[in-house]
Amino acid sequence: MERSAVPFPVHRDDPLDPPAEYAALLDGPPVRVRMPDGSEPWMVSRLADVRAVLADPRLSADDQLPNFPHVLPLPPVPGALSFLRMDDPEHARLRRTLTAEFTVRRVNLMRPGITETVDALLDAMVGQGPPADLVSEFALPLPSLVICRLLGVPYRDHDFFQDRSAESLRTDITQEEAGAAFGELAAYLDGLVAEKEREPTDDLLGRVARRVRAGDLEHAEAVAMARLLLLAGHETTANMIALGTFTLLRHPDELDRLRADPALIRPAMEELLRYLTIVHRGTQRVTLEPVEVGGVTIGAGEGVIVALAAADRDPGAFADPGVFDPARPPGHHVAFGFGAHQCIGQTLARLEMEIAFARMLDRLPGLALACAPGEVRFRDSVVYGVRELPVTW
Amino acid sequence: MSRLSVDRDACRGAGQCAFNAPELFDQDEDEGLVVLLDAEPPPGLLPSARRAAEACPNRVIVLAEAPERGERG
Ligand code: SF4
Repeated sequence: MERSAVPFPVHRDDPLDPPAEYAALLDGPPVRVRMPDGSEPWMVSRLADVRAVLADPRLSADDQLPNFPHVLPLPPVPGALSFLRMDDPEHARLRRTLTAEFTVRRVNLMRPGITETVDALLDAMVGQGPPADLVSEFALPLPSLVICRLLGVPYRDHDFFQDRSAESLRTDITQEEAGAAFGELAAYLDGLVAEKEREPTDDLLGRVARRVRAGDLEHAEAVAMARLLLLAGHETTANMIALGTFTLLRHPDELDRLRADPALIRPAMEELLRYLTIVHRGTQRVTLEPVEVGGVTIGAGEGVIVALAAADRDPGAFADPGVFDPARPPGHHVAFGFGAHQCIGQTLARLEMEIAFARMLDRLPGLALACAPGEVRFRDSVVYGVRELPVTW
Repeated sequence: MSRLSVDRDACRGAGQCAFNAPELFDQDEDEGLVVLLDAEPPPGLLPSARRAAEACPNRVIVLAEAPERGERG
């Protein structure tokens, strides 16, 4: 008799580690998991299998296909999540309108501006504290300011869109509530993009609006793109900074090493990305034809959950994967995904994290938690993180 | 000599190449797609060439390594 499927999603016992239920699966081939709606998609968790699946065009990212394993509480609306949920060539067509905005060269030009923003936020936080909540004073406003400036979204609206995007990713509220938050964000960006279509501004959304005017892009496509960038641009980075800080404070020896050798910042960033892999429910696909993965044949039209967080703790790929080691030799984690959909903003995310951690460690030598570690509350969201992080210095 | 080649049609512009090996790769201004700067990487740059090829999420970068010429060869 076949072993009964493991329930998905599973909750984390230790906030810094993937769920223990994964541990038994890490060394193994794909297994079936059971979703709350009773469906049983496959879960792929070894790094090599994850990379193979995400680079394979026989697996589709289209959330409109039957058996697509949804992990967001949102009702699937065609195109709502932009090219994230499309396959090539549609995906490539839309993505290519943005790739020039996120090249390594273009992103590096943002270094002075980001450094200034980081310092201004730290100044304000230090001016008012200690203690302070690192999330609301630093980890969240930084990527919000950066993405607003890049896109051309007025920062005065940040409370509104931060709140709506966080709501739309929460997994502990009803479909209606999440859908309403998503709808309000969509309506706001609809208006903003329409404004830029009338009068194109010199920012990313202004350039996108010009393409709409030129007939290369539809208005609805531009709005979906704006929503994807705004949401992905601040939720993920904010949580990496806050949860990353919590991780460093939980590993004082490693933190000391990092303070002593600033050259470790970059490898430490990669290690934080690997160790935490905050998109902890992974990404999803559905097979278009039968595919062999890690010795198992997955039939056509089957849902596949790609467990990024499990893959980044794969003992076959990383020595002592459960150990946080900022000096770990460079490997290839999948915190940004893999294949055609790999995060378009990863260079920007890396730069923000690098500057944020470097400046924070430099300016706050006494940085410490201002509460017991057990009091830190975690988010019930598809993007993992802390709700608040009380710190002192 | 080891040789590098790229398949621009398969590139989706996430920039792992230019990030891992800025001496060997750039991205174009219009579409952010990979631009190969040096098709014959000097031995000193082979480790970053390997890292970029391995990191590229779309298997765009192919590195054909010349057999090593060592004392044992
Ligand atoms: S890493 Fe690969 S897909 Fe990304 S820009 Fe470079 S060549 Fe293109």
